[in-house]
Amino acid sequence: MGQIKLEKVTKAFGNTQVIPPLDLEIEDGEFVVFVGPSGCGKSTLLRLIAGLEDVTSGDIVIDGTNATALPPARRRLAMVFQSYALYPHMSVKKNIAFPLKMAKMPEDKIEEKVKNAAHILNLTDYLERRPGQLSGGQRQRVAIGRAIVREPAAFLFDEPLSNLDAALRVNMRLEISELHQSLKTTMIYVTHDQVEAMTMADKIVVLRAGNIEQVGSPLDLYRSPNNLFVAGFIGSPKMNFLEGEDAAKHGAHTIGVRPEHLRVIHGATTSSGWTGTVGVIEHLGSDTFMHVHLDGDRGTITVRADGDNPAKVNDKITVEALSEDRIYRFDKGGMAIR
Amino acid sequence: MATAHSRTAARFMIAPAVLLLLAWMIIPLSMTLYFSTLRYNLLMPGMEDFIGFDNYSYFLTDPAFFAALTNTLLLVGGVLLITVIGGILLALLLDQPMFGQGIVRILVIAPFFVMPTVSALVWKNMFMNPVNGLFAFLTKAVGLQPFDFLSHAPLTSIIIMVAWQWLPFATLILLTAMQSLDSEQIEAAEMDGAGAFARFFHIVLPHLTRAITVVVLIQTIFLLSVFAEILVTTNGGPGTASTNITYLVYAQSLLQFDVGSGSAGGIVAVILANIVAIFLMRMIGKNLDI
Ligand SMILES: Nc1ncnc2c1ncn2[C@@H]1O[C@H](COP(=O)(O)OP(=O)(O)OP(=O)(O)O)[C@@H](O)[C@H]1O
Ligand SMILES: [Mg+2]
Repeated sequence: MGQIKLEKVTKAFGNTQVIPPLDLEIEDGEFVVFVGPSGCGKSTLLRLIAGLEDVTSGDIVIDGTNATALPPARRRLAMVFQSYALYPHMSVKKNIAFPLKMAKMPEDKIEEKVKNAAHILNLTDYLERRPGQLSGGQRQRVAIGRAIVREPAAFLFDEPLSNLDAALRVNMRLEISELHQSLKTTMIYVTHDQVEAMTMADKIVVLRAGNIEQVGSPLDLYRSPNNLFVAGFIGSPKMNFLEGEDAAKHGAHTIGVRPEHLRVIHGATTSSGWTGTVGVIEHLGSDTFMHVHLDGDRGTITVRADGDNPAKVNDKITVEALSEDRIYRFDKGGMAIR
Repeated sequence: MATAHSRTAARFMIAPAVLLLLAWMIIPLSMTLYFSTLRYNLLMPGMEDFIGFDNYSYFLTDPAFFAALTNTLLLVGGVLLITVIGGILLALLLDQPMFGQGIVRILVIAPFFVMPTVSALVWKNMFMNPVNGLFAFLTKAVGLQPFDFLSHAPLTSIIIMVAWQWLPFATLILLTAMQSLDSEQIEAAEMDGAGAFARFFHIVLPHLTRAITVVVLIQTIFLLSVFAEILVTTNGGPGTASTNITYLVYAQSLLQFDVGSGSAGGIVAVILANIVAIFLMRMIGKNLDI
């Protein structure tokens, strides 16, 4: 079991309110990702759930029991830190065994569990090494090993992949997802990388300045963002936003179109699209991203075109939305008009 | 420093410094060695004869020597024990967030800046004096007989004085080491179910081993040669109860004017220091490499 409920949780450091009253429900077995820009309170929220920080007010309920006043060790949660926080003077084996040793489990059972964890995480050959003698990815796995041997109600990850290089990050992302599928334990994962959020999550919680902007499945957030912030944050490259006349035509204060929902028409035509001059072109092989400066100083929009699109810098082109319902409309306050 | 050429050049450049340091050490050492083989008494000038190892056998068979040897080891060991344990406890205390932390830290460091003679005299006259001392006043206040520290427990008293002097040093080094501990490690241990004691013994103490090693090594060097505190308080007495090797060498050479025997004692002290150093490096030296 690993059901976590936050009820009107707030957190203030001195006079600065970092988390305004916040409600959130996390179901058993869910993979929840907290995502948001730097400094929005993701780590703070995770540490509140872990019990490493005290809530200023509100309640944290884990599996139906109020855990607000429980010390971290009694909440049955395991955490993987950004810096891994391995114990440098202990071997990999002792690191993984540490929580079991603290729980006063008999030696032979510890041995067995450590072996199991090491097997799952491909660490069997490194059990006698110290953390200092491991690569970043291996350290990451040791940290995860230390978390899984405890069989916690939920795992908490605080940007666990941010110290790894791009290729390894993709690998570890997959491994963590696979781990979730095999363990079926609740996982809460903090990241500021929306690609990680989109690929791993069952449920994404988008935070801004401590507020929850939207909660939903990755596709929910992609397809129907509640507001400008979520629309701009989810999806890569970012959604294009246009204001003024263009937006007024659609009866909105701001309209947004994703780069992948635009079509390129070569030359200037008078259709419903926008005409402009091609600026920077980024060739990714499979796709081409074009930054188009719209005529009449209406801004720049990014378009995703085919990898073999023949457009060149300074070409005059027209872009238009694939269909009318791919255009998102927002009112003056930035809320979506549905 | 990679090529053979630059290595030769480097050797050539540091040669003068090395030679100077070598002479600085070798000349006094060989003079001492030479004196230690002479019958050399300041009261009988001009009668220096070569007597081989006689000075050594006098010095080593002197009952005062064994007393001094034990006292030296007790002094070093006692002070190390007090300063390391006390230093860890104080560092733990000072590491807590509290009101007036900055001032408290300066206060803790203060004893290190007091000269040994001054601090020993303050302890002797203001605290331990059986008539006017603060301790006597306190014991009398609760109706007990004052205890004459310097005549009944001279070595312990000196250990206390010296430990008081060196406690700040240990505290300072250990506090810095403690502050370099990654707070996420402590938090991870907390989540792993380690209580305060388990956290201290499994995480904090192992993190401190290097700092403790440094404290022990540096302090041992200085504690083997404690002298001023003994000279101004007990003069090595009563009897030889608070005489260490350093003080014994002084007593031989300058109180009994026997330079030969004093020199032999000096050489013995050098050998003793080396034995202690070898033991220490064997026991804890491995903590220093990463
Ligand atoms: N101990 C503290 N004292 C005061 N303010 C703090 C403390 N810890 C965090 N904050 C503030 O709380 C806010 C949220 O911090 P938090 O670490 O949760 O951000 P984050 O979302 O994890 O950011 P990042 O992605 O950079 O890790 C920040 O504005 C930060 O300055
Ligand atoms: Mg963070």
